[in-house]
Amino acid sequence: MSTPSRSNIPPAVSPASTAVETIPVALPPHGHALPPFPVNARRMLGNTQLRRNLGKATTTIRAKRAAVVSELPDWEELREAGRAIKEHTLAHLDEYLLQLERSVQRAGGQVHWARDAAEANEIVTGLVKGTGATRVVKVKSLTTDEIELNGALQAAGIEAVETDLAELIIQLAQEKSSHILVPAIHKNRAEIRELFERTIAQGQQLSDVPSELTAVARAHLRRTFLSSTVAISGANFAVAESGSIGVVESEGNGRMCLTLPQTLITVMGIEKVIPRFDDLAVFLQLLPRSSTGERMNPYTSIWTGVTPGDGPQAFHLVLLDNGRTHVLADATGRQALQCIRCSACLNICPVYERTGGHAYASVYPGPIGAILTPQLLGVEQASTLPFASSLCGACYEVCPVKINIPEVLLHLRGQVVRAKQHHTGVRGTLAQATPEAASMRTAAAILESPSRYEQAQRLAQIGQWPLARGKVIPSLPLGILSGWTAMRDLPALPSQTFRQWWRSRPEQRQEAPRD
Amino acid sequence: MTDHQDAARDEILRRIRVALHAEQAGITEQHAGATFPAQSFRRSDQQPASVHIANFIERVSEYRATVQEVNQSGLPHALAAACQHLRLHRVVVPSDLPSAWLMDLPAINVEVIADGGLLTTAELDACDGVITGCALGIAQTGTIVLDSGLAQGRRALSLVPDVHFCVINEGQIVSLVPEAVAALAPIAQEARRPITFISGPSATSDIELNRVEGVHGPRNLVVFVVRPDEQDVITEYFYDE
Repeated sequence: MSTPSRSNIPPAVSPASTAVETIPVALPPHGHALPPFPVNARRMLGNTQLRRNLGKATTTIRAKRAAVVSELPDWEELREAGRAIKEHTLAHLDEYLLQLERSVQRAGGQVHWARDAAEANEIVTGLVKGTGATRVVKVKSLTTDEIELNGALQAAGIEAVETDLAELIIQLAQEKSSHILVPAIHKNRAEIRELFERTIAQGQQLSDVPSELTAVARAHLRRTFLSSTVAISGANFAVAESGSIGVVESEGNGRMCLTLPQTLITVMGIEKVIPRFDDLAVFLQLLPRSSTGERMNPYTSIWTGVTPGDGPQAFHLVLLDNGRTHVLADATGRQALQCIRCSACLNICPVYERTGGHAYASVYPGPIGAILTPQLLGVEQASTLPFASSLCGACYEVCPVKINIPEVLLHLRGQVVRAKQHHTGVRGTLAQATPEAASMRTAAAILESPSRYEQAQRLAQIGQWPLARGKVIPSLPLGILSGWTAMRDLPALPSQTFRQWWRSRPEQRQEAPRD
Repeated sequence: MTDHQDAARDEILRRIRVALHAEQAGITEQHAGATFPAQSFRRSDQQPASVHIANFIERVSEYRATVQEVNQSGLPHALAAACQHLRLHRVVVPSDLPSAWLMDLPAINVEVIADGGLLTTAELDACDGVITGCALGIAQTGTIVLDSGLAQGRRALSLVPDVHFCVINEGQIVSLVPEAVAALAPIAQEARRPITFISGPSATSDIELNRVEGVHGPRNLVVFVVRPDEQDVITEYFYDE
C-alpha cells in the first residue's frame, strides 16, 4: 500500500529502474488470475541493479544461516519436532482454534473470525473506528499485506503507519515488498538515501551509511510511537493452551506497538496456532537461525490477553481463513500451512536469487510462495507459479519445518495440467488440445510402436538438414519449440541411430541375446 | 459476538472439518485423541554452570551489548560507574528494585525515579536510562528474559529509555532455550504476565542486510552479571565504543 506515513510528504517518484508498479502483490480476490511468472521474471532479469543487490544479500544471509545452524547438534531433531507439531496441529485445527479462543477470552481478549480478506478488513476497520483513532501504527505483518488492510483503512479515513524500517522504505517509495523478511532487499543504500532525502529527511544531506539512514527512521517514527493509541500486528505464534501470542522482531518497533498504545489488534492466519507453550522451545530455536541467521532475534514479545497496568488494555485477535481451509483440504498441499515465514527457502533458491520477489506477483514470493499462492487462490489463477522452480530441492533441505516444497510443486503441476485437460477434454481431437498436450499425445503414439519410432527417427534425420549446424541445432522454428533453443542448443540427430548401428555390427547376427 | 460473527466462526470451523474429513482416515487416526508426537531434541545439557556463564557472557557481547561481571558487593559501584561513563542524568527504576543497588548514584548526581506504573510515556521518554533485574538468562543464545516479575516493572520501562542496564545473578542463567521456556510457562499460563526476550540492543538488517544496532528499542544494553563475593571476577570491561 502506498499511504505516505505523514500527510505533508509529497508522493515519492519511484525510481524507473525498479518498474514494479504494475505487478499486484496482495492476493487478488478469488477468481482473478495473477500475471504469468515468466513474463514478470523476464522483466526483472533485465534489472541488473536488482540482481546485484539480491545476489549480495542472499549470499550473505545464506552463510550466516549455515554458521548458526551448524552450532546446534540437535538441529535435525528440532526440524522434525517443528514439522510434527505443525502437522499435528493442522490435523486438529478446529479443536486448537476453539481452545485458543477460550484461552484468549479468559485472559481478557476478544476473538473475531474472518472468512476472507474483506471480512477481516471490515472487522479491523470497525474496531479502529470504535476507538476514534484516525491513525494506527503497524508491526510488519504479511497477513495484513495479504488482505491489503492498509488500503481498507485508508478508504475509511484511517492512516496506517508502517514502523518496520523496510516496510517504511517500501511505503515511502510506494512500492511492494520483494522478500518476506527484508521487504526492501531489492534496494541498495544509495537508493534508500535518495528516497529519505525526498521524503522523511527533506532538506537534509544524508550519507549512505546504514546506521545514519537508520537513525533518520528512528527520529521520524519516535513521536508517532509515543502518541499512537491503536496498534495492529500479525502473530508468529498463538498458544492454544494459554492464549499467549508471540511476535518475533529485531528493531523494537514491535515492542513499541505492542506496549504503548491502548488498543492492540492482532490479525493472524488460522494456521499460526500451536498447541502448547512448551512448543515455543522448538520454534524459538528454528525461526531466528533460519531467518536472520542469528542465535536469537533481538526481541521476542509474548503477551497473554490483557495485563492490568502493563500495555494495551483492549486486545482483539482476528482469526483469518482467506483460502487457508482450501489448502487444508489437500492432503499433499496442506504442508504449505506449516510455514513459519522464515524466508530460508527464498534465500537459498536459485530462481528467487535471480528474479527477486516481485516476479512472483504475490505477497508470498519464492519457493514457499510458489506452493502457497496457487493453493490460496486456486491453481488456475496462478498456473505458472508451480513451474517457477528448477526442482533442485535446496528449499526442502533448509526448511525448518521440513515442508517438501518440490513434492508440492510437482503435485500442483499435475493439477495445472489436469485443469487444462479438463478445459480441452482429454479425449477431444488433437486440434482441441493445448500444444503441450498435443505434442505429448503425438509422442505417445510414436513411442508405442518400434516401427513408428524408427520411421520418425528417419524422418527427423532427413527433416533436420535445414536447421542443423554441424552437431547442433542452434535454433528451432515455431513458437513453442523456439523457446527450448532460446538459451541452449539442441543436439542434432547423428547420421546413424543406435538401432541402425546395433543391427549393422557383424557379431550381431551370430550372438544370441544374453538374457 | 454478533450473529454475523457467529456465522463466520461456524463457517470456518465447518470448512476445517470438511477439509480434514475429506481425506481418508489415515492421518486423523494416527493422531486420534490428540496424542502429541514424540520429540527428541535437547532439553538440557550436561555442561557445568561455569561453562554456561562463560557462554552467556560471550554471546551477549557478540550482539554488541556491553557485559560486565561484578561481585555482589561491587554492583552499586559498577552501576554508578556505568551511569557516569554513559553520562546519564536521570534513570528510571521499577519501584521494587533493591534500593541497595542504587546507593552510589546520589553521590554522582544521577536522579533516580521510581515507577510504580503511573509515569506517562513522555515522562519515561525524558529518562535517559533504566535499571532492571530480569527473570532469567539463556546461555545458548545470549538472551535475557523479562517477565514483569520482581525488580523488572512493566514493559514500557525497559523499552522507552535509550540505555537499559539489566542486572542478572549468575544463578539465573540457564543453558538452553527449552529450559527457559519450561520456566516461563507458568508465567504465561497462570500469572498471564507479558514476557520479553531480549538479545542485544535493538537492531535492523533491512539495509543491504547490514546489521545496525539501535533502532527503536534501547540503543545501548548493558548486562551486569553478578557473582558471589567470594568468587574472583575474571573480567570487568566495557565493550562499547
